[in-house]
Amino acid sequence: MANYSTSEFRSGLKVMLDGDPCSILDNEFVKPGKGQAFNRVKLRNLKTARVLEKTFKSGESLEGADVMDKDMQYLYTDGDFWCFMEPDTYEQHQATEAAVGDALQWLSEQDICIVTLYNGSPLSVTPPNHVELEIVETDPGLRGDTAQGGSKPAKLVTGAVVKVPLFLDHGDVVKVDTRTGEYQGRVK
Amino acid sequence: MAYEMNTWQPGASRQALLRRACLLNRLRGFFAERSVLEVDVPLLGKSSITDVNIDSIAVTIDTAKGYLQTSPEYFMKRLLADGSGDIYYLGKAFRDGEIGTRHNPEFTMLEWYRCNWDDHQLMTEVADLLNILITEEHCSPMAVTKMSYGQCFMDQMGFDPHGADIDQLRSAAVELGSSSWSEESRTNCLDLIFSLQIEPKLPSGIVIIHDYPECQCALSKISKNHKGQPISRRFEVFIDGLEVANGYLELTNIDEQVKRFEDDIQHRIQSGKSLRAIDQKFIDALHSGLPSCAGVAVGLDRVLMRALDITEIDQVLAFSWHRT
Repeated sequence: MANYSTSEFRSGLKVMLDGDPCSILDNEFVKPGKGQAFNRVKLRNLKTARVLEKTFKSGESLEGADVMDKDMQYLYTDGDFWCFMEPDTYEQHQATEAAVGDALQWLSEQDICIVTLYNGSPLSVTPPNHVELEIVETDPGLRGDTAQGGSKPAKLVTGAVVKVPLFLDHGDVVKVDTRTGEYQGRVK
Repeated sequence: MAYEMNTWQPGASRQALLRRACLLNRLRGFFAERSVLEVDVPLLGKSSITDVNIDSIAVTIDTAKGYLQTSPEYFMKRLLADGSGDIYYLGKAFRDGEIGTRHNPEFTMLEWYRCNWDDHQLMTEVADLLNILITEEHCSPMAVTKMSYGQCFMDQMGFDPHGADIDQLRSAAVELGSSSWSEESRTNCLDLIFSLQIEPKLPSGIVIIHDYPECQCALSKISKNHKGQPISRRFEVFIDGLEVANGYLELTNIDEQVKRFEDDIQHRIQSGKSLRAIDQKFIDALHSGLPSCAGVAVGLDRVLMRALDITEIDQVLAFSWHRT
């Protein structure tokens, strides 16, 4: 992979840091009046999802990371691996539970997800921003109680638990924002 | 950056343009009242500076090499050596590679020299000027805090920067920065610690830090602090944590000056930077005698940022580099 110098660090650039692939979030140029210039860089470790802050001397470089985001369709799981397919080539990739991570609770078969590949293997999975899922478990709904204010937990078919308005019942389908885990509306 | 750079429009608002004009007027009034002479020195010169951390922009004039000046310092000192008395420069300066939220490669600099003054007298004048430039009518002036570089380190880091050994500085720098600081020089480690740990915690208002480490003397005189440690008679001024000025009790000793330039050149070679020759006419001026004086340079765009409470330099410039 190519090396990238601090002046080429842009948000979204993937680099290797201490052996792990990282994505650059922010790069700030700092220079004391008479001193060495440096760059304060915020990075997300793509393995652990932790955000780090590092400071490099301006002109230093980091090795690029072989990381690629691809749209893939989720096919199935055998309990150990989660199988994704590239829609254009039909190539299949097996993701571990660690790679699927929190996306697990939102995944329905045939969803199109973003799979991040590192050296060709799935490193992480980003579910669609919005999913529509059926409620499988919640306290009985109070039909007609559409007044604002009240909410209750509801378990969805994929396992996620979200807060929904009181009038919803199991069997109802709801739209959820996977980035915040918030209920967006009822799907009729 | 969050705002649109791809337009023909300026970065500065109407209010910022007005404030800049007002600030420049007040500034000229301030120096006229105090009988400091405005001088207009070249922006384009045949020589440049040797400083390892400041890169000048080389240009070609006819077929000869020239440089956009990174500060008016050497021309002003040549005037001082010629007996100009107290002088100031208000104009542009250029530094290669300095682009960021607080840097533009072309910026507006104010620099002035006071003959037979020491650094502390000049610090008082800097604070007076900044308060006049920034404070709105009917508002009380900003608080002025003065402290030594050593005291800042003791307060925030718990150790004496002048006495600390290099291993201690490196391990603090590695912890704050990254593993790449483990082999760094004393001055680079100190700069990193200062920028990341001390600058963000400076009190609000005008803060003047004086008595810098000996290794960061640049063009200032060296003397001893109350503990007998060698320190440089250099100061920096911050407004609400933003560095706006750098001043010296000026070095007048020619042998010492030549030695520092030669050290600079060695550093430039070691770090693989383009070579910059010593400005011989500046050396000749020192030979003839630079009067005892204190001088300071102020980044006016940053002063304007603080006056307007703006965090991006682009918004106080008509057109920053990105917009040109």
